[in-house]
Amino acid sequence: MRLTPWLIVLPIALVTLIPVAVVVSSLADPDQSIWHHLWQFVLPELLVNTLWLVLGVGLGVTLLGVSLAWLTAACDFPGRRFFSWALLLPLALPAYVTAFVWLGLFDFTGALPTWLRETWNFTAIPEVRSRGGVILVMSLALYPYVFLTARAAFQGQGRRLLEASQALGLTRAQAFWRVALPMARPGIAAGLLLAIMETLADFGTVSVFNYNTFTTAIYKAWFSLFSLPAAAQLASILIFFVFVLALLEYQLRANRSYAASTRAATAPTRIVLDGWRGWLAAGWSLKVFVLAFILPMTQIALWSGDVFAADFDARYWEFAWHSLLLSGLGALLVGVLALALGYAQRLPPGGGLRFSALHFTTRLATLGYAVPGAVLAVGIFIPIAWLDNLFIDHFGAASQILGGTLAVMLLAYAARFLAVSYGPVDSGLARISRGVDEAAQSLGVVGTQRLWRVHLPMLRVSLLTAAALTFVDIMKELPITLMTRPFGWDTLAVRVFEMTSEGEWERAALPALAIVVVGLLPVWLLTKGQDHAIAC
Amino acid sequence: MKNCLARMLLIGALSVPAISSAEVVVYSARNEQLIKPLFDAYTQETGVAVKFVTDKEGPLMARLKAEGKNTRADLFMTVDAGNLWQAANEGLLQPVSSKTLQANIPGHLHDPDNEWFGLSVRARTLVYNKNMVKPGELSTYEDLASTKWKNRLCLRTSKKVYNQSLVAMMIWEHGEGKTEDIVKGWVGNLATAPFPDDTKAMEAVAAGQCDVTVVNTYYYGRLMEKKPTLPLALFWPNQGLKNKAAGVHVNVSGAGVTKHAKNPQGAIKLLEWLASAKAQNLYADVNLEYPVNPQVQPDKTVTAWGGFKHNLINVAEAGKLQAKATMLMDRVGYK
Repeated sequence: MRLTPWLIVLPIALVTLIPVAVVVSSLADPDQSIWHHLWQFVLPELLVNTLWLVLGVGLGVTLLGVSLAWLTAACDFPGRRFFSWALLLPLALPAYVTAFVWLGLFDFTGALPTWLRETWNFTAIPEVRSRGGVILVMSLALYPYVFLTARAAFQGQGRRLLEASQALGLTRAQAFWRVALPMARPGIAAGLLLAIMETLADFGTVSVFNYNTFTTAIYKAWFSLFSLPAAAQLASILIFFVFVLALLEYQLRANRSYAASTRAATAPTRIVLDGWRGWLAAGWSLKVFVLAFILPMTQIALWSGDVFAADFDARYWEFAWHSLLLSGLGALLVGVLALALGYAQRLPPGGGLRFSALHFTTRLATLGYAVPGAVLAVGIFIPIAWLDNLFIDHFGAASQILGGTLAVMLLAYAARFLAVSYGPVDSGLARISRGVDEAAQSLGVVGTQRLWRVHLPMLRVSLLTAAALTFVDIMKELPITLMTRPFGWDTLAVRVFEMTSEGEWERAALPALAIVVVGLLPVWLLTKGQDHAIAC
Repeated sequence: MKNCLARMLLIGALSVPAISSAEVVVYSARNEQLIKPLFDAYTQETGVAVKFVTDKEGPLMARLKAEGKNTRADLFMTVDAGNLWQAANEGLLQPVSSKTLQANIPGHLHDPDNEWFGLSVRARTLVYNKNMVKPGELSTYEDLASTKWKNRLCLRTSKKVYNQSLVAMMIWEHGEGKTEDIVKGWVGNLATAPFPDDTKAMEAVAAGQCDVTVVNTYYYGRLMEKKPTLPLALFWPNQGLKNKAAGVHVNVSGAGVTKHAKNPQGAIKLLEWLASAKAQNLYADVNLEYPVNPQVQPDKTVTAWGGFKHNLINVAEAGKLQAKATMLMDRVGYK
């Protein structure tokens, strides 16, 4: 049978589309009184808050991510090799933990303001529990998405591109603004879209700041007003909004080619930043690294030290193993699915970057990331429970066959995190020109052969990026893990949940620290992979 | 290798037959570290294994609903009467007639229809800064709305169910109109934006950002254990009153037998054991809460805080009025 793009895209899309459809189906039955209340008293403020948050975090992650990606990918300065992997580390920290640490340090009762007040009688400290505070902390937590995807884009451009533009008379700065940056747009946009989706779906971080966003209304409707349908309706609006955003992003680059005509294999000649320029670059990188990682990590390590003797036991090895297993297999599965989705776009007759039903469906398949986790978890659980009930009631199964299996957990992660893997893979594929495909074809390398022998080697960095992002995201994931895990089968993230939900943040530090330690693994692998890509 | 992977993919399915009829399966929104020691003790004493899975109460209820009559859960355990009431309201629980439970649990701390039972009591009371406030200045929750507390009050967010339950009980006592005025008064008196948790609110009181706040006592106990020198003290409000509003607002953590329990007798036995004198200390003390069983003395840290008069409204009312309370707080801008 011929491999048509639909044959690949449709089954993968269903993994996400079924749970999303369960959520969206709530729209059929709106709860008038709750909607009236929300519309009158809740939504106006929340929409404004959400808009500011998305704009602020969007700007923040772009500024941090792109600048650091450019510096570490194309330039040379003191400490570059260190920063090129260290700046990824904040990704391994759950954002709400970072937020709580920041509050503990910089709020009125925090260490720094207390010290300033008591020692220097200095009180003019900006309020951290504010719009600016949330935007700052979320930008620091989420910039690695843009950093990673933009870096992969800059690395994939190849040095000759810059040399050519300089030969055409552009200065270094002009070459960056007019050539390198626009060419990296698919990568930057992919990371930015992920950061925005995560911002929109976030509940933990904004709760710590008590900053009410659209997600607040979703959980309010569910937990406080006891209406899961109303919560699902609100989530549907969010899904629709993100879908439009994703299509826009796609349209923006639909008619252009971002493929570099030369391979990245040309020997890298980095722009050497010497003297004060180099130290400025190092200082900027260091500042972000300290604020986003060292600061929260120090606090987490101190707290862990306090509770280590009492809380650490042999079970932690089990938790770590479970986390590692889920994240490893999950990253593998989601990565393969994302690659299949991306590859299907290049198969005839879907070829070209034209807008089509196929692209539309592909975009739909990545929407799971924009749904607040707990709502999506219910959307996933309902069809699973329905199938289980079917087997029990009509096919003589003794009890649940699907619920509580690793297979279902992994599929559930796919529904949530397909976007995380698809972004980097898609932008990586966009950098491989059609000419490459045609050349391969003329040599008789077609179909899966072409994927294995031509595309995969060129996608190395993109695939590693996708896998690393998905890995750490699954490590941190909570609602789906909580809802689909087998009895007595806990992970490190579940430990964090157990402690934080009763406000025991100090005790949550130990599993959070363990998440970071285990999360170092993919970061290390990714860095090795990237170095290799540059070296060859 | 293939075999090994297939086995791992099906760990859950393989563990299914392990749940024998003698076991009790619990879905719990009360955290693992608070319930595991109890279940371990129960297993040791009776030989009956307890299997449990934890999650937030909302997802657990959605899960019970989706699983319907094939659910494996026998017992649903959670915190706050609001959540317990909602579980009963959704038809997820079944009534239980047990003389032991009736004898050990005061009437206002279990469901009037006996679908759920409180197992520990949580008192939501006032905490003040000893350097800034004389205890004589404090009197009632309602009084915190008076102008003398302008810029002196700190509160936790209205999104927490504990505050929703408190306001719900006030609606039951005073009606919606008067409660709205009171809560509006609180909001007007706030020294700073509401906090994400009780501990942060108390730390703000201790640091002088404000003078008084409303918290669950176990958070106070936990904080003082860690930082005994903080200038904080507990105050029991509404003690002198004779009307419906008399007494400190209490809430419960508790449990109910699920409607489609496979082992309802086992679940009831576990419930009865949890409410018994020997288990109550283990249940409550681990989190510095009050035992629900009046024959049992609280932990000595808790006893040292002194006795107080409970508000005797059935905690189920908090559940019934929770949505109303939430909307009321939205209307007055309590974030």
